[in-house]
Amino acid sequence: MMTRPSRYVPVLYILFLLLPIYWLVNMSFKTTNEILGSFTLFPREITLENYITIFTDPTWYMGYVNSLTYVLINTVISVLVALPAAYAFSRYRFLGDKHLFFWLLTNRMAPPAVFALPFFQLYSAVGLFDTPIAVALAHTLFNIPLAVWILEGFMSGVPKELDETAYVDGHSFWSFFLKIFVPTIAAGIGVAAFFCFMFSWVELLLAKTLTSVAAKPIAAVMTRTASTSGYELGLLAAAGTLTIIPGAFVIYFVRNYIAKGFALGRV
Amino acid sequence: MSLELRAAALRVGADTHIHPTDLVCEPGSFNILLGTTLAGKTTLMKLMAGLEKPTSGEVWFGGQNVTGVSVRRRNVSMVYQQFINYPNMTVFENIASPLRVARMAEAEIKRRVGTMADLLKLTPMLERRPAELSGGQQQRTALARALVKDADLVLLDEPLANLDFKLREELRDELPRLFADRECIVVYATTEPVEALLFGGFTACLHEGRVTQFGPTGETYRAPVDLVSAQVFSDPPINVATVTKTGAEFRLGQMVGWHTEGPLAGLPDGTYTVGVRPHHVSPEETGGQPVPVDGKVLVTELSGSESVIHFTMRGETWVSQSHGIHPFPVGSEQRLYADMSQALFFDAAGRRITA
Repeated sequence: MMTRPSRYVPVLYILFLLLPIYWLVNMSFKTTNEILGSFTLFPREITLENYITIFTDPTWYMGYVNSLTYVLINTVISVLVALPAAYAFSRYRFLGDKHLFFWLLTNRMAPPAVFALPFFQLYSAVGLFDTPIAVALAHTLFNIPLAVWILEGFMSGVPKELDETAYVDGHSFWSFFLKIFVPTIAAGIGVAAFFCFMFSWVELLLAKTLTSVAAKPIAAVMTRTASTSGYELGLLAAAGTLTIIPGAFVIYFVRNYIAKGFALGRV
Repeated sequence: MSLELRAAALRVGADTHIHPTDLVCEPGSFNILLGTTLAGKTTLMKLMAGLEKPTSGEVWFGGQNVTGVSVRRRNVSMVYQQFINYPNMTVFENIASPLRVARMAEAEIKRRVGTMADLLKLTPMLERRPAELSGGQQQRTALARALVKDADLVLLDEPLANLDFKLREELRDELPRLFADRECIVVYATTEPVEALLFGGFTACLHEGRVTQFGPTGETYRAPVDLVSAQVFSDPPINVATVTKTGAEFRLGQMVGWHTEGPLAGLPDGTYTVGVRPHHVSPEETGGQPVPVDGKVLVTELSGSESVIHFTMRGETWVSQSHGIHPFPVGSEQRLYADMSQALFFDAAGRRITA
């Protein structure tokens, strides 16, 4: 058991996975000159200049605010809409329920680009263009089916007898749903919210198409900066590092639920 | 406050889940629904509770037509085979749930939950969540919640089926005591005839969505109205064979015959179905009219003091349950004796002949 070579395999794999992230963080603390001029494993002179620029320049930090705004709106809408839908799918048999459930999933199979044009036209016509709501609504197209699918798995894991017991006890439907059922599937709601958050956070095409100035997401800000002011690589790396943080933060909170979700539900 | 089903039936699409059923349960009575899995016990209970609305017929309670009245407006409680508790609430809150819905005063809730918890030995667990309890404690919690609100109708759907043997016996002893001084109607579903006999009360035999017989438990057991009821209310399964009667003689196949005395002698000649309970079949010549039955041994189950022998008799599988150890080898030809003085006779339609 001294040094079996197989022990290094996971270590190498993890190093391999972490390398790009390390490089991004590494670059974010360098000056653009150092990045372009030499190859260094550690920043020779650590600079916070890039981060300071991001946190002081509104075109930068508003990108984060805009992104987080539509991501959060989207997550809330998706979960709130998906909860009753998933309940219906898990508890009732109705005409075409299986087809409808499958059709919901097929929405996830089309590339977002397909919907970019109709959304652009539609939102321009009703005056939603360049608002966080526009992006949030567009993202529900993918996220509601996903959330319904995840939640339905969790809900079907709860025996129907729980509902009946609550009714026998005298609970009304909403009293049961809000006080008993929702807390029971809290893990599922956490997992669904996490996936909605992540998909909306990383989606770029719709977010860029449906915004111009007022609601510009961070990813769009990053591409613009790269093209106008030459190669501000340090700044870009810092912005990239910061985009990882919300996701990591959310994962930290739902990490136990996700493991449970893999075991129980539909993830 | 009696519960009455008047030709209540439930059809789902083309399937009949419950055939038109007439049933009256008196206040303070303990009623057992006995039947195999899928016999319709749970569905019948849901009709009684108001969780399902009968597609035809009526449900009456305390002289009122409650057909289609939501279970929320009926004073009913129910315990399932699976341990159903609210996972997000403590045991205290679980038991208190029906009282909270009824907006009872906090002090009264505390008092009632306390009494219930004492009765069901849950007092040390009140602050825990159901997932932290053993199966037996979880089912006690469900029972406590069903009993705490003084329901008029308590439905217990195989509440002991998922418990291990020891706990099942323990709770089985406690159950009748819990209802002793209550005026409520208890309906208890089970697949086990032995359980029905232990509880007494009234038993309804259910077979494929039909109540084949309903009456005092002992009577239902001793005097089944038909072959199906006898089969439902027998564990191990009742042994069945076809016999022919000519004059004063009954014959089982060509070889075995016996003479009838008493009331059965008056039956017209013909073919009958005979049912012999397993404990009336023995390797020894015992009972009022032992008739030899030969068969090939399939399985022999020996417990400490009892032998259960499964054997094939003229193409039918028979079971003998007898005292003493009879270690018959599997596959051997053996002669056993069926006590025909205890046999039940059925006509071609399966009705029992009560001569």
